[in-house]
Amino acid sequence: MSEDKVGIVIVSHSPEVARGTADMVRQMVGDEVPLAWCGGDPDGGLGTSVETILGAIDQAWTNAGVAILVDLGGAETNSEMAVEMQPDERRGRIAICNAPIVEGAVIAATEASGGAPLEVVRRTAEELSPA
Amino acid sequence: MEEASVLMTHAVGLHARPSVKLTKLAKTFTAHIELAVSEDGPWIDAKSIVRVMAAKAPKDTVLFFRAEGDDAGDAVSALTALVERDFDEGQADAANA
Repeated sequence: MSEDKVGIVIVSHSPEVARGTADMVRQMVGDEVPLAWCGGDPDGGLGTSVETILGAIDQAWTNAGVAILVDLGGAETNSEMAVEMQPDERRGRIAICNAPIVEGAVIAATEASGGAPLEVVRRTAEELSPA
Repeated sequence: MEEASVLMTHAVGLHARPSVKLTKLAKTFTAHIELAVSEDGPWIDAKSIVRVMAAKAPKDTVLFFRAEGDDAGDAVSALTALVERDFDEGQADAANA
């Protein structure tokens, strides 16, 4: 089994929400999982941008792949666009989780820290959502 | 089958941070490990962060562990030790958990 752990990317409209979520992951789960966050538009307002999401994916990337946690609307569609722009060999190893951003990030990182594969990380984060 | 029980004295009980620590430790063993807040169950997978958090065990709950597999004995003693150590959190941490 590869030693690489699934990386976690947090995408929020608000940089404060994204950074706060990342803080919770770091404090509750620890440093062993690659983690990146992005949020806000370049002018300092609320929003998300494909470019910063691409950067966050690069930052958290491992061979085990990356799980992305998003908040609303554009965070999801821009993340989907960022995934589509990835090279072929990466695209299948990125999962956008259908889970609440804060709880999902902590749960996903907990799973990832134990060495779980991407599909298990995603499924566990999504267990939180109503079926 | 290895079994043990331990009184949880952590100020906020099995909330988010303690649950994460417990689950992470459980995952380091290959044994199948279960946890319950009563001797009669229901037993939940100690490696499932979602289930462990959902148990919402409060302070002064007696936690029951049981495990089966090669390292079951080590797993049960490591987990009970973690609970006895108050999840390695001081009072200041516990107040913020």
